[in-house]
Amino acid sequence: MAAPLALLLIVAVTIRAALFRTSLANLISERVEVVSPLNAWKRVVEGLALLDLDISPYSGDVFHETPMVIYLFHFLMDYAEITFMLADCLTAVALYLAVKDYNKQVFRKQKFALEADRIPMDCLELIRSPTEMYYIPLKVAMFYLLNPFTIVSCVAKCTCGLNNAVIALFILSTMRGGCLIYGLFTVASAGLYTKLDFALLSAIFLALATYHLSVPDLTPNIGLFWYFFAEMFDHFRLFFLCVFQINVFFYTLPLSIKLKEHPVFLIFMQIALIAIFKSYPTVGDLSLYMAFLPVWNHLYRFLRNIFLVSCVLLACSALFPVLWHLWIYAGSANSNFYYAITLLFSVAQILLVSDYFYAFLRREHHLTNGLYLKKKDGSEATLVLK
Amino acid sequence: MAARRCLGLWFFLITLCVVSTGADVLHTTPVTGTESSAAGTETVVARELPEAPSDPGEHTAAEPTREGEQNDRTRGGEQTLGQPTREEEQEQEKTREGEQTPAQPTREEEEEEEEQEQTRGEEEFTREEEEEELTREEEELTTEEEELTREEEEQTREEEELTTEEEELTTEEEELTREEEEQTREEEEEQQTTAQQEEQTKRWEATELEEEHVHDAAVPPLAGDPPAADPPSPPPSKDDFQEELVIRPLHSGDIYASFQFRTVWDADFMGDQKVSHYRLFPKSLGQVITKFSVRELHISFTQGYWRTMQWGQPYLPSPPGAELWVWFQDTVTDVDGTWKELTNVLSGIFCASLNFIDSTNTVQPSASFKPLGIGNVTDHSFLRYATLPREIVCTENLTPWKKLLPCGSKAGLSVLLKSEKLFHSTFHSQAVHVRPVCQDPQCRTTSMELRQTLNVVFDLHTSGQGKREWSLFKMFSRTLTEACPLASSSKVYVDVTDNPQGEQFELSPATPLLTQAVVLGDRRTYSVYDLTQQASFGSSRSLNMLLRWKNSHNNVVPPVMLRPLLHSERYVAGYGLQAGEIHTLIYNHHPYRAFPVLLLSAVPWYLRLYIHTLTVSSKGKDNRPSYIHYQPSKDRERPHLLEMLLQLPPNSVTEVTVEFERALLKWTEYTPDPNHGFYVGSSVISALVPSVVAMDTNSTLDRPLFSSFFPCKEEASYFMRVYTEPLLVNLPTPDFSMPYNVICLTCTVVAVGYGSLYNLLTRTFQVDEPSPGLAKRIANVIRRFRGVPLL
Repeated sequence: MAAPLALLLIVAVTIRAALFRTSLANLISERVEVVSPLNAWKRVVEGLALLDLDISPYSGDVFHETPMVIYLFHFLMDYAEITFMLADCLTAVALYLAVKDYNKQVFRKQKFALEADRIPMDCLELIRSPTEMYYIPLKVAMFYLLNPFTIVSCVAKCTCGLNNAVIALFILSTMRGGCLIYGLFTVASAGLYTKLDFALLSAIFLALATYHLSVPDLTPNIGLFWYFFAEMFDHFRLFFLCVFQINVFFYTLPLSIKLKEHPVFLIFMQIALIAIFKSYPTVGDLSLYMAFLPVWNHLYRFLRNIFLVSCVLLACSALFPVLWHLWIYAGSANSNFYYAITLLFSVAQILLVSDYFYAFLRREHHLTNGLYLKKKDGSEATLVLK
Repeated sequence: MAARRCLGLWFFLITLCVVSTGADVLHTTPVTGTESSAAGTETVVARELPEAPSDPGEHTAAEPTREGEQNDRTRGGEQTLGQPTREEEQEQEKTREGEQTPAQPTREEEEEEEEQEQTRGEEEFTREEEEEELTREEEELTTEEEELTREEEEQTREEEELTTEEEELTTEEEELTREEEEQTREEEEEQQTTAQQEEQTKRWEATELEEEHVHDAAVPPLAGDPPAADPPSPPPSKDDFQEELVIRPLHSGDIYASFQFRTVWDADFMGDQKVSHYRLFPKSLGQVITKFSVRELHISFTQGYWRTMQWGQPYLPSPPGAELWVWFQDTVTDVDGTWKELTNVLSGIFCASLNFIDSTNTVQPSASFKPLGIGNVTDHSFLRYATLPREIVCTENLTPWKKLLPCGSKAGLSVLLKSEKLFHSTFHSQAVHVRPVCQDPQCRTTSMELRQTLNVVFDLHTSGQGKREWSLFKMFSRTLTEACPLASSSKVYVDVTDNPQGEQFELSPATPLLTQAVVLGDRRTYSVYDLTQQASFGSSRSLNMLLRWKNSHNNVVPPVMLRPLLHSERYVAGYGLQAGEIHTLIYNHHPYRAFPVLLLSAVPWYLRLYIHTLTVSSKGKDNRPSYIHYQPSKDRERPHLLEMLLQLPPNSVTEVTVEFERALLKWTEYTPDPNHGFYVGSSVISALVPSVVAMDTNSTLDRPLFSSFFPCKEEASYFMRVYTEPLLVNLPTPDFSMPYNVICLTCTVVAVGYGSLYNLLTRTFQVDEPSPGLAKRIANVIRRFRGVPLL
């Protein structure tokens, strides 16, 4: 198993290194879908430049990274590309190991359940086989490393790659520690974009938190916030800010109650929801939760509209640059075009996540109640949510 | 009624002043004592001394202040060495009185001697007295009044002003009567009578009034310099008003007219005693200075852009739009709050949108804007600088500006300031500068100087109908008939440097007076018309200078204009609405001398500058600024401020570039015409430029050899400020018609997410048991009643 992983890492690094050498790197690093005001590399460089001028990087509204990033790149400025490639590899390896552990757990649990005859007889086709699960960790690593979203994010030197690495390491440590609560806290801190670690610098933290929460920078991105708050009436701004920001945190508690048996799926759901509802999302955030999709391969038969959703996601990814060009450079379209695409992109993501959630819950239901349910009169029953 | 009476008085005074200046001062009759009459006539003789043919070289010493000396803090107020009439006159008087005076006494010295002699209260009192007597004559004057009241609107405004002034006067009347008795006693003293006499000769009002005077001891010093006398108890405050107009024919065929009005007042605005008696100094400004503890105030309104490469350097540069910079006293604790209030008040005074100055366009330059007056302030936390590049300047700004002048637009040079002509020009700039200046060379006490300037460039084609022929009437549709009676000096200068022998243009009426001055590093020659001299007006009693070019035969090539040594351009590079680059080009045209410049740019927050992209290069090489002061912006709070000290190599172009990103704003933050773009105020380049005069090291022409080896300190370099073009930058815009749609659509998407998750979280899977039909259910209810088994 180590050999394919090593090969994968080499391929991934080669692709990135090649892209760094082309003129595409500059183009990509300017894309609003790839970088946000929070994690643009340009702003990291700006922060360092400010530091060189003896100005606090936090005195302006350009730099919003954590102090750790400054320290890191103060020394690694010349090795930034390698750092970002390493971060991606680290994420992939961490996810690889975490999923491997998870699969072992799943298999063990399934074995216990089978031995205890808790699984209905007609559900045998839902039972997961070791051969099917064998390649899942590799697929996860591959989904992360070869995902175009991850690649462009890395080539743009978007610091969300570093955040992803931190989150992946947290997940790994959670798996190894096996503690659910710890995992929850980890994800919650991931929700705060891994900034709780540096809460010592409370002023900076507060400034960063306000920046996250009050959404002052309306630069377009793939999220829901920018156009909404650009068009918002001033006296409703605070209300809608609360409503929108609460979405990020709101689902944590009910989800952890509902999924108390399945922490990894909980983590997946939480990361996905944060990526959708956060104020400055980038495609790098998407790539992290998309890396988990191979883990839920077995849910495929219960997914309702995966085809539609993947088509929409693909189409939107292609349309982003097109409509951006029409609006910003050609002047033949206006902001509504780009907004429509971001809206569609968000809808697709929501459908994707809720579809997986639905499929997961449905499989669990089948695992307790049998796969082929019958009505009282013996005819084939349909399952509904009530 | 009171207002009307007061107005009558006002016009009467003005008429009288015209009469008295016209009929010469010999009408003056001694009022105080018998022995004063001799002195009086002597002074008159002194005044009649011919100034014109005397010695033009004497006037070369110094010109009335120019903006070239802006940075010269020490000699703020006393630049009147060359002022002919009054100074000479006084000098002679002093000499006669046996006082030790230097050969060229400065105004400050004289003023120091004379200081404290005349009380504010006295003036006001005598005015009041006159007023009472004049009411009797008011009826007779009404006809005159009507003649004079052509511009009704302005009068009504003045009426209001006068009413308020009058009210104040009456309240202080009692106090003044008390002072008056004391005053009368003092007036008896012999020492004073001589001084009193001098003053009499200089007064401009008619003497008939004085004869009717009962309390004739106190004489109103309404004009010129008050006499020297022993100080009575109230604090002294002298004021002085000068006006001048400089006309410079430009090489492009356009013509440049620059007005300067200078009021100096020895009042201590920051002292313990409240300044409440205003004479020449505008009260509205004085109160503002006191209330907000202003040390220095500079405000300019400009329409159009000064084309340095076509027109050369302006006397007083200003950026397009409005510019305001203020130094506060160091006693101010809440500078930002005071600044906010001040801008709002000034907005009212000048009818301008200065109230749009807030923290998002205010900066605190660290080096570029030093105080121009005295005071060595280094703490720039008391400085605020703001520009409004979008401000449109028009009549409503000119009228309040004119109202600050002592003569309003009634007399003197200000009669030329008619808005229909001034705004029909290529460039128009009006400014107000208030600063403290020294009263004497020792600088023991300070005066407040108010300088009102107005610069206008008339276009050859639109205003001049394509003919290179300019006259006052053609420019302003008015001619000059008199000096402002309140002015101690009133002059018109015409730049004839390029026309020494009259080969370029002819100037009529010709004036024998010539003066030379080093202006902006260049030695210029001017023809001078002294409006206080009746001879200037000639027989027609009006002065209408005419400049007619002799270029009917084309063999006379106009001399090439000297390239300005420092020149700058700025533009935005890049395409699209996402990012861009600001390029600033600074030209040093000096053939061999490098000099440093300070570049200041304040960029609004919505153009997010990236300081790490800053590059400075000259002659293809990297030119590292030796000093950078950068303040990053904060969204909706403060702009970017970038100040740099650059060394410009000789004969080079220095290019400063910095990249920026355009922000998307909230839809309410856009201007009503969002696709017009957003203005970015001019960059300011401040420099000490080596002067052209000093450049000429080989010239030993009319100077002794020993004087010319080392460049003369005075002329070696001069301070200059260059404003670049303001920028117009487009920002991406949202669709302004969409707020409801966007709110609905986005909320729908969020609701879809919330709804689906809510469903999955709260509901459970159940087998769908189709419910029985309606008929069956009703039948079952009936069956239950009947006790029959259900269906």
